Amino acid sequence: MFTTIGRLIKTTLQRIIRNPYHAIAAVFVLFMSFFVAAAFALILLNSNIILRYFESKPQVTAFFKNDTTVEQVNELKKVLADTGYLSSAKYVSKEEALKIYKEQNKKEPILLEMVTADMLPASLEVSATDIKYLPNLADILSKEKIVEEVIYQKEIVETLTTWTNNIRNIGMGIVAFLMITSLLITLVVIGLNISVHKDEIEIMRLVGASSSYIRIPFIFEGVIYGVVGSGLAVSVIWASLIYLSPVIAQFFAGIPLLPVSAKTMLTLAGAEALVGIILGFVSAIIATWKYLKV
Amino acid sequence: MITFQQVSKKYPSSTTAVADINLEIPDGQFLFVVGPSGAGKSTLLKLIIREEIPTEGKIFVDELDVTKLPNRKVPHLRRRIGTIFQDFKLLSKKTVFENVAFALEIIGRPESEIKETTREVLDLVGLKDKQNLFPHQISGGEAQRVAIARAVVQKPMFVLADEPTGNLDAKSAWEIMALLQKLNELGTTVIMATHNADIVQTLPHRVVEIEHGKIIKDSEIKGKK
Repeated sequence: MFTTIGRLIKTTLQRIIRNPYHAIAAVFVLFMSFFVAAAFALILLNSNIILRYFESKPQVTAFFKNDTTVEQVNELKKVLADTGYLSSAKYVSKEEALKIYKEQNKKEPILLEMVTADMLPASLEVSATDIKYLPNLADILSKEKIVEEVIYQKEIVETLTTWTNNIRNIGMGIVAFLMITSLLITLVVIGLNISVHKDEIEIMRLVGASSSYIRIPFIFEGVIYGVVGSGLAVSVIWASLIYLSPVIAQFFAGIPLLPVSAKTMLTLAGAEALVGIILGFVSAIIATWKYLKV
Repeated sequence: MITFQQVSKKYPSSTTAVADINLEIPDGQFLFVVGPSGAGKSTLLKLIIREEIPTEGKIFVDELDVTKLPNRKVPHLRRRIGTIFQDFKLLSKKTVFENVAFALEIIGRPESEIKETTREVLDLVGLKDKQNLFPHQISGGEAQRVAIARAVVQKPMFVLADEPTGNLDAKSAWEIMALLQKLNELGTTVIMATHNADIVQTLPHRVVEIEHGKIIKDSEIKGKK
């Protein structure tokens, strides 16, 4: 049993080594598909983190003019509370804003040197008891004379949600297209290998090889292509992520995107390997059914 | 024993390859199947190993009804029958030893048995010294001996040879015949399709002559024409 499995694996590897260009073509196409799939998976995962980040933040932020006093702010707080829609209102003074800024840019001393508390506006971070009351609170804030600017988080969340949905739909479309292409190319490559080995297959049949003994190396071949293609894709994505971490972290300052945990990456690797095995297996089954008459 | 009972094989193009064949080949016999090209000799051999399925009639290999054999059992039938072809059908990327051992590998024999049996069989066909050479490094006669070694390494009861001397010079052809005779003397039933008249007339074996798919003469059945 184990001897036979060992021989089948040996036969598969010999065939792959003897026709490396076929194998490279199949692995390369699978790699591209799995790379794109992994990239979209990570983008979606991170866009959810970004969404949750914005959702956890105050829903409306009002930035005050420079001459606004704390008393004026407290008065405004009272107006907001009187509506009955207010869940919380947190005042962030200029000094506190500077502290936050310093924390976010602690690795960039040049940026810190140039900024003082005076340059940063004080703000009021407001949450509503229900998201549907946000327009009322935002409306009150924007009409206040002491308010310079109102940032309405709901719009950001809505825009992000729309983007996330679009990315998901486009990603699924592209990945589905690439997976079908990969399946067809793997099928053609295995079909070609069947054709290349037709003499060997004929002799195997004549000396009494069972149908499964003839078919299994081609099925192993498809599975190997799937595993190698997906494994390479996750490895390259992981390496790129490590290499690009500083750039990503700076771009999304404050949002806890990085590091992507090893658990997440291993889950992604496992999922892609599983899809790779299924894809390679299905390609090989179709190829042997279509091209291998034993 | 191999038995043909009213066997006919017609192709969809309505070509008749063999028609109404009745034939009994007892164990241990050496049988020549002769006839012009296209007479149906090769089809007759292919029917025995289920490369072809007859459109009518039955074929038995011992107790086994070949015509009713499920596809999954065909490999088991073929392990009982060694086959040799005019074009040798050797794998060019395998050595002489590997070409012979291959027939044992595919049926799951252990490595130690494969090594021992392959060496024994290569010794039998006189190629022990050339076991590490590749097919392109040996002569046609030697290549055919490798094919014979591969055909008998599974120790089959029957050997089918389709024009085994067709590509060989006279000396090599006689060497191959000597080898097939030796196998027959060891108890293997040999069925050989040929149109080498010299060989057929020289060796004292049963001869079945086929023309247009029909047996027109069987040296064992007197008076048949």
